[in-house]
Amino acid sequence: MIRVNGEDKNLKEGVTLLSFLEQEGYQTARIAVEKNGEIIPKKQYGETLLHSGDSLEIVSFVGGG
Amino acid sequence: MTFSENVSAENRFTKAEIQEALCSRHTTEIQKRLDSARVAVAGLGGLGSNVAFALARIGVGHLHLIDFDKVDLTNLNRQQYFMRHVGMNKTDALKGELLDINPYLDIKTDCIRVTEENIPELFKDDPIICEAFDVPENKAMLVNGILGLFTEKIIVSASGMAGYGDSNSICTKKITDRFYLCGDEISDSSLGQGLMAPRVSICAGHEANLITRLIIDGHTATK
Repeated sequence: MIRVNGEDKNLKEGVTLLSFLEQEGYQTARIAVEKNGEIIPKKQYGETLLHSGDSLEIVSFVGGG
Repeated sequence: MTFSENVSAENRFTKAEIQEALCSRHTTEIQKRLDSARVAVAGLGGLGSNVAFALARIGVGHLHLIDFDKVDLTNLNRQQYFMRHVGMNKTDALKGELLDINPYLDIKTDCIRVTEENIPELFKDDPIICEAFDVPENKAMLVNGILGLFTEKIIVSASGMAGYGDSNSICTKKITDRFYLCGDEISDSSLGQGLMAPRVSICAGHEANLITRLIIDGHTATK
């Protein structure tokens, strides 16, 4: 179980952040990801493993300014 | 010979007079922090022009204005420009307006498109950065770039302020100690729900007020 934007999600142990984001339909060019208090650099999405107890905040930017 | 006819606006008040006026509103202690603060505003549209106006009015001493674009007639529905600015670089137009408010501010401009490559050089002197872009990919690029390339800088970003929906759904959120997000996180610009002055300026007000809190109280100010 991991927590994503305040909601619990079931997750296979050892899934990468990148595959989780793709599976959930996020557009990786439009997001910033905080995991357990740290921002994960985009280059590391593919090698960052998600573990039970992790907490993610995924900011998905929309247009306008 | 009357005062108003013969003295240009810039010279009408001395630096000391303007400082005294600001201190009378804010207190000397707080004004000192505002005077010495340095903020970059990246994107000078509906968000950025309003944020810069607010920060200039309270006397934030050092502003860095960044935008590659020129003022267009369709910008006037929400951005702090006038008819006479149409066709001008936004950096030049906005700098001129801010100096009309306070001619003693230190305002640096860069008429340039921000890219991943130029982030390190462009923002090296700015401890606080206001993300005020329009395009979601550019917002993400700047936020990820600042947080990934620097270890101390704080970024205040915005997402979701289009249309004329509920004012109270726009809020300020602390994502990490160095990353704050303002907006409703949902309202994308769409047909009939375009970007409009009232709601965009609410979001810009969130960004500007958070920056003010960061300057005066430090970066643990908001939950």
